[in-house]
Amino acid sequence: MANSENDTIAAISTPVGEGGISIIRISGDDAIEVAQRIYKGKDLSKVASHTINYGHVIDPDTNQEVDEVMVSVMRAPRTYTREDVIEINCHGGLLATNKILQLVLSFGARMAEPGEFTKRAFLNGRLDLSQSEAVMDLIRAKTDKSMKVALNQLDGDLSRLIRHLRKDILDVLAQVEVNIDYPEYDAVEEMTTKLLKEKAEDIQQRIQALLNTAKQGKVLRDGLATAIIGRPNVGKSSLLNSLLHEDKAIVTNVAGTTRDVIEEYVNVNGVPLKLIDTAGIRDTSDQVEKIGVERSRKALEAADLILLLIDSSAALTDEDRQLLEATKDKQRIIILNKTDLPLAVDLDELKSLAGKSTVIETSIVNHEGMDQLGKQISHMFFNEGIESSQNNVMVTNARHIGLLHQANDALSDVLKGINDGMPVDLVQIDMTRCWELLGEITGDSYQDELLDQLFSQFCLGK
Amino acid sequence: MKSSEALQTSDAVQYDAGSYDVIVVGAGHAGSEAALAAARMGNKTLLVTISLEMVAFMPCNPSVGGPAKGIVVREIDALGGEMGHNIDKTYIQMRMLNTGKGPAVRALRAQADKHAYHRAMKQTIEEEPNLTLRQATVDQLIVEDGVCKGVVTNTGARYHAKTVVLTVGTAARGKIIIGELQYESGPNNSKSAVKLSENLEELGFDLERFKTGTPPRVNGNTINYEETEEQPGDEEPHHFSFDTPDSAYIPISEQLSCWLTYTNEGTHDIIRENLKRAPMFSGVIKGVGPRYCPSIEDKIVRFADKPRHQVFLEPEGRDTDEYYLDGISTSMPEEIQQKIVHSIKGLEKAELMRPGYAIEYDVVAPYQLHPTLETKIIKNLYTAGQTNGSSGYEEAAGQGLIAGINAGLRALGKEPFVLKRSDAYIGVMIDDLVTKGTKEPYRLLTSRAEYRLILRHDNADFRLMEMGHKIGLVSDERLAKMEDKKAQVAAEIQRLNDIKLKPSDEKVNDFIEAHGDNRLKDGIAAADLLKRPYFDYQTLAEFIPAPEHEIDRHVIEQVEIQLKYAGYIKKEEVKVERMKRMEAKRIPDDIDYDDIDGLATEGRQKLEKIRPETLAQASRISGVNPADIAILSVYVRQGKFSKSDK
Repeated sequence: MANSENDTIAAISTPVGEGGISIIRISGDDAIEVAQRIYKGKDLSKVASHTINYGHVIDPDTNQEVDEVMVSVMRAPRTYTREDVIEINCHGGLLATNKILQLVLSFGARMAEPGEFTKRAFLNGRLDLSQSEAVMDLIRAKTDKSMKVALNQLDGDLSRLIRHLRKDILDVLAQVEVNIDYPEYDAVEEMTTKLLKEKAEDIQQRIQALLNTAKQGKVLRDGLATAIIGRPNVGKSSLLNSLLHEDKAIVTNVAGTTRDVIEEYVNVNGVPLKLIDTAGIRDTSDQVEKIGVERSRKALEAADLILLLIDSSAALTDEDRQLLEATKDKQRIIILNKTDLPLAVDLDELKSLAGKSTVIETSIVNHEGMDQLGKQISHMFFNEGIESSQNNVMVTNARHIGLLHQANDALSDVLKGINDGMPVDLVQIDMTRCWELLGEITGDSYQDELLDQLFSQFCLGK
Repeated sequence: MKSSEALQTSDAVQYDAGSYDVIVVGAGHAGSEAALAAARMGNKTLLVTISLEMVAFMPCNPSVGGPAKGIVVREIDALGGEMGHNIDKTYIQMRMLNTGKGPAVRALRAQADKHAYHRAMKQTIEEEPNLTLRQATVDQLIVEDGVCKGVVTNTGARYHAKTVVLTVGTAARGKIIIGELQYESGPNNSKSAVKLSENLEELGFDLERFKTGTPPRVNGNTINYEETEEQPGDEEPHHFSFDTPDSAYIPISEQLSCWLTYTNEGTHDIIRENLKRAPMFSGVIKGVGPRYCPSIEDKIVRFADKPRHQVFLEPEGRDTDEYYLDGISTSMPEEIQQKIVHSIKGLEKAELMRPGYAIEYDVVAPYQLHPTLETKIIKNLYTAGQTNGSSGYEEAAGQGLIAGINAGLRALGKEPFVLKRSDAYIGVMIDDLVTKGTKEPYRLLTSRAEYRLILRHDNADFRLMEMGHKIGLVSDERLAKMEDKKAQVAAEIQRLNDIKLKPSDEKVNDFIEAHGDNRLKDGIAAADLLKRPYFDYQTLAEFIPAPEHEIDRHVIEQVEIQLKYAGYIKKEEVKVERMKRMEAKRIPDDIDYDDIDGLATEGRQKLEKIRPETLAQASRISGVNPADIAILSVYVRQGKFSKSDK
């Protein structure tokens, strides 16, 4: 099911966070139909193949416009995968791109597996035989990467909530199964459609609550976790303000994460940054930064990228040296700030402590050096492959949301079946589908789960 | 393992006892089907059994069918097997279960006259022209260069054959356990087959040890029925076989009832006080028992808070007063068994006729089998039934039929026959066994089938009879009858689609309104009206013209199901179609998994062990992840190209 060969798949096919235009690619038998469901413009099923069409993506649930888009329609077989392919070109903002992917995944496509477009291209004879090795390597490499990421992917709370939901559904399923397989055992309460309806409504409410929280901007939590560190008074809050100031487009506060810190999001030269522990910087006044080494250390543990500030107008302190040492194995940029003041730092010592890390000279208060800093960040991200520990989370979140949406639809089908007077064991088909979809989120697909539940919960047999 | 303690001083002098196309070893429910199928396909067939009194014997519950299992019986019947006919000849009670539920899970169950069942099957086998039935114990297989060529019996007879089917059941190094007592034995104190197990081990098979059990039997004359609830059969006629007419149904007055009673705290106390003497808990029993068939001591321990458990009292036949106590399977010492029985309401004075027992036996770990049930290690050797780790007469018979068909096809030099998961419960079962294996005796449950709305008992004939015909087990006449039924169903559905009811039809509108629905605004097809929950075929008939000819009730049932559940059926069919494309992608037999870069270690090991035949089967192996399947599919595709290029 999760790996069916001919269903319709989708993914963002442009690098995450790069500015300009983002493309969501959909491939498979239902590609055009899926796109049409979320698109306002021409009837895509009627337009000529290999045309690009102007229109808008709308959320069918709310009828709200998501983005202004150009949609390429390419019919099989003259496409990359030799299947029907749709490419939605949107404005590239993280939010819009992600939202469109979510919609695509909610309305009939599934998230492409790593390397799956290429796999299909190969299997459908689009790629030459000599490329098969490369295709297998690609699948393996991408899978390994995404598996590493998968560990970080799922928010602990979300996965716990989903496991609870699945457990509750499983209880219902097991009860229905017992009624079917052991109709004469009176120890088991009969799962009537009335009871099933109550359960389905309860579960649907909880899924909808989850979907609502997803709408509130979980997507924005994705980005390169970036820590700004340095000893007091070195200019951390100036840097923070400067970064926030430079990026007027997307700035959002998301409070209430597990560690109860505020995270802020900026887009620097196309790279989404999640600035961590900005509260620590904000709490202090500009004049006297109280944040110390300890606090910085904590921040850098969670960081994918470190911006380490050093005061060029003072000699290196022990604190500076400790911070340089503590971050030496991390992806970092050393910012030699306050170049507007007389130089007092020992450059030779700094260079030896900096190792291979790039040192950028800035005078943040005078807005000097910020361009170089931005270029260096984007260079590291796009060229040197600095990776977010939560790399695919953005995509995966869209996947989660898509799956939750489908699970919600499955429950609607359950309720519809009950209203149509269908017997429990038929209605249960949709209940099982809901359970399987939620399992795809948490990666729980152990097929014997149901039987285990059956025989541990009920006393059955001769 | 210790060899038999029975007197076996020296091996008998061997002699050539003749040649057959197919030899079946063991004449239980699997062996009987296997032998009949092979013989009916035109193979000269030998069926060997340890005891002629054990042919199609029911050592446990005297019943056939029930949820999932009843569907298997219909499937066996549709393919041309014997179980359906045999139970229709010998039942003493018939009941349709789950009638309040949807059509997919309705299930027919019969109480069998177990002695009549045995006699009827034995006679059918005896009368089969191509089939020879002999009493003998097979000690070893004749194997040359990895190919099975026959069997050798304990009397020294060497039988040669093109193919051999092993359906040896719990006789395989069987050991009965009752309390502290243990002895070598097959089911119901029949002979145990020890040497064959040893031979299989020598041949390189991985054998596992399973356990199952049976409850005590009591004399029905000593039951106080007034303390129990009667469980009668159905008034409405039902049969398992497509061929048995409704007119043959035994009237309810002539059917025998079952009776229901319960254990109580007193029973549970007796068991708790004597747990140390229970082989299940004293460590005597090492075999893995089935979760869905727990002994009463197991139930008391695992579900300590349950105040009572059901006990069904089931007659074992018309010419006996022996009753089977369904619900209290046990291997407690005989003395304790008596106390347990006497503690139960209605059984206070019941005379024990046979004690319950646990039995341990050898199983060929089923990952060693192809989906045809041929073993991977030894060519032309097939196994079925409990030998493959399943439990239940119906499961055994279903596998026996498939093993017999494939052994027969091989002997005839024809292509093998494999049922897909979307074809039949039998296909689900065999795929589960060979792909996932089993850690306990495998029982079919409806929840094991992912397409159960398609795999109904009422459409087994439509699903499978053509296949049975192609194999040679279904006659032209029988097939024509099925096709006629199919055509009648289609015609009636067409007729109902063509009949339109008008909004001006007051009678139907009143009926609709009486059921809380809105009166018709537009015309509606009778077929669409039937889809509404408050309509069935009979009520609909009052509002529409009668059909030209009277329609058989089995046809009406199909019309109702196909119309009422069309939406759900279609959804499942889409899933089936999707899976079929994966099923069609075959993995070459000679694939070398070590040659494929990029497979994860676990995936590679599992693939190597199971050696799946299609990508779909590979995707069902636990531990093989989607990336492995993706890589495998690319590799297989590449292999295909390079071969055709050459």
